[in-house]
Amino acid sequence: MKYLIRAIVLGIVGYIVGVWLTLAIRGGSPTDEVAVVFGFILALIGWLAGIGGIEAFGRQWIGKTPEVSTARGWQRYFQFTVDHKVIGIQYGVTLLGVLLIGGFSAMIMRIELASPGMSIVDLEEFNKLVSMHGILMVAVAVAGIIGAFGNYIIPIQIGAADMAFPRLNALSYWLVPPVAIGLLSAPLLGSFSAGWTAYAPLSVGGDSGQILFNMAIITFGLSSILGGLNIIVTVITMRAPGMTWGRLPIFTWAGFATALLAFTVTQFFAAALVLITMDRVAGTDFFGPDVGTGILYEHIFWFYSHPAVYIMVLPGFGVILEIATAFSRKPLFAYKAVVGSLLTIVGLSVVVWAHHMFTSGMADFLQAPFMILTEAISIPTGVIFLSIIGTLWQGKLWFRTPLVIAFGWLFNFLIGGITGIFLADVATDIFLHDTYFVVAHFHYTIVGGSIFALLAAFFYWFPKITGRMYNDKLGIIFAVSVTVLFNTTFLPLFWVGINGMNRRVGDYPQAYESANKFASVSALLLGSTFLLFVGNIAWSAVAGPKAGSNPWNARTLEWQVSSPPSHHNFRSQPVIVGPPYDYGVPYVVFPDAEPAPEPDESGKEVLV
Amino acid sequence: MTTTKPPSTEYHQDMSFQPRANLIGLWLFIVSETFLFGAFLAARYYSTGTAKPEELNQNLALMLTIVLLASSLSAYMAETSIRFNHRRNFVIYISGTIIMGLIFLGGVGIELKEAIHLYPPGTPYGSSYFMLIGLHAFHVVTGLIALGFVLFLGLKGHYGSDDYWGAEGVIKYWHFVDLAWVIIYPTLYLF
Repeated sequence: MKYLIRAIVLGIVGYIVGVWLTLAIRGGSPTDEVAVVFGFILALIGWLAGIGGIEAFGRQWIGKTPEVSTARGWQRYFQFTVDHKVIGIQYGVTLLGVLLIGGFSAMIMRIELASPGMSIVDLEEFNKLVSMHGILMVAVAVAGIIGAFGNYIIPIQIGAADMAFPRLNALSYWLVPPVAIGLLSAPLLGSFSAGWTAYAPLSVGGDSGQILFNMAIITFGLSSILGGLNIIVTVITMRAPGMTWGRLPIFTWAGFATALLAFTVTQFFAAALVLITMDRVAGTDFFGPDVGTGILYEHIFWFYSHPAVYIMVLPGFGVILEIATAFSRKPLFAYKAVVGSLLTIVGLSVVVWAHHMFTSGMADFLQAPFMILTEAISIPTGVIFLSIIGTLWQGKLWFRTPLVIAFGWLFNFLIGGITGIFLADVATDIFLHDTYFVVAHFHYTIVGGSIFALLAAFFYWFPKITGRMYNDKLGIIFAVSVTVLFNTTFLPLFWVGINGMNRRVGDYPQAYESANKFASVSALLLGSTFLLFVGNIAWSAVAGPKAGSNPWNARTLEWQVSSPPSHHNFRSQPVIVGPPYDYGVPYVVFPDAEPAPEPDESGKEVLV
Repeated sequence: MTTTKPPSTEYHQDMSFQPRANLIGLWLFIVSETFLFGAFLAARYYSTGTAKPEELNQNLALMLTIVLLASSLSAYMAETSIRFNHRRNFVIYISGTIIMGLIFLGGVGIELKEAIHLYPPGTPYGSSYFMLIGLHAFHVVTGLIALGFVLFLGLKGHYGSDDYWGAEGVIKYWHFVDLAWVIIYPTLYLF
């Protein structure tokens, strides 16, 4: 704990020094945006130095051996620990907290929207609530699967003892708490009301909370970039002998594809927010109403934020594919086509951003190309969808919680995908833009595609990570109710959207009341089902039976080591001699733990 | 926090992958940085095209470009020197790189001082000018700090022909900072 305390103290000292220096140089008040910017930067440096950056990096700069924490007890979760499993759990717990806060803000919004007119918040507060809900949930969706499970599972799946840059990995986690603190303390400066998109010129004016939003999200971008870079290098350089690219588990492939996007395009969000910050504090004019143009902001922003939806969803594809093959006891259908599709999506996703801007006033000749490219993405996405269905088809389905959630995922993502076509099409998009149809669509893709996959991943890998089982019946009840209530919440919103109800507004005409009331009641029930989720974790902690190393009889490497895995994951260097998903293939010997078996006499290969 | 010395019974992965990982990691970092510079360059071309004011101090900018390119050459010579264990040359060349980097920064300071009167931020060109020069100067400062540590370690006797990754990584980063200027300079001054 002493490092956490040191980090907090140095962070506060950094903030005070930053503000004080700014005031000493240029005068003004401590709540001036310039002062907040310098305060935030120095606070961040102080925090990172305090949590362990001095020992882990600073010592190396002056020629000494770097030191990292080797604590083994619960204290390692509050230190600069480099074990990728600890970092995965740190990400998971932090983001679960953010998810619950974001969900709570959604509940307040739905209560407000249950009836026309303003009841518990006013219009301005509603905007701030929307913005806060949006950015918190985007953060969870971007980093949830890849941060928590990507960190925990990917190194084990490729047979590595840790990530390629363990200290960098710890750094990218410890950048996250300042992000959460920055966002949640924004209300002290008047919060931010320009939406999670921070559209200019709205975000160039407005309350000073916007500046905390900018600094926090730039920091979060840095964390994503470093994390993505680490995953790519790990997968390239640390695969165990025999783990060829063609034998890479599909979740690792999905994480790799995600990381390719995360470490490049995230710079554009950072750049867009740096420009807004400069517009606000340094007198430049990129997006202001006089000299600049907001369309430039939209271009830079969506160049990140459209690929970002694939940063959210691609790891979800990986999770659902893993679950489909393990719980239907069949080889993964069309493995190579799936890998090709993942990489095609990575390529296509950076050339479709302007479909968010059909009504923004950009040049007309851009509309048709962006419409066609966007619709082209549905081809690789459809291939992955077909692969999931082909894997489940005629399989011996084993209905446990992960598979039930995976079915919910399939249904939701199908609706999300199909409604996306109407928004990719210029003619219908002009009609549907800025209505609740868009809200329903992206909740079906992001919640349906990413958060459902996050829940599925949680129930799939929970026994591996904790070593205990959860209550499967309770899990299935949770899975079914969350799927049903999610649909009753968001299906009515398609209807009100088609009928013209505007998004981002706290009030609406009388005509939409009944549908909104239905959605609000469903949403509140949906929120309360998470009590089942939390209750299930608590049940597992108190009474959960031991899971054993391989409760699902799955074949990928993480299931061949103990639950939870030992400090360096393996007892000796694993050697891979076959593909990961040969369920039910004749002559394949079922994987046994160590030592590494030789190929058997029939010539068929076995997986370690 | 004590040093990393876990019990000896534990399995440790063969660390021979590390040099390759370091090199790939550095290149990926440079790719990522390219996207950041790309965003700012795109903003410049989108908002002002290639328009530029007449009052630009072309002579100063050209001299700074030459100084920065020379510093990159010097950094390369330093890398080659340490590869052949010529510590004295290494220290000299790294010092040369740092001095030229400082001269560059001083020149940028003069440029900005002139610019703030002629085309202040808030004008279309001025916004792009200050952002691009500022972003690049920030990278020069971080590069100089890193080079300072490399010089310090070189003087203390670190690095040798078999182990000079710390120096090599920083020098490659310095080349990238130089390359970024080779794109930014024509964008702001020539086109």
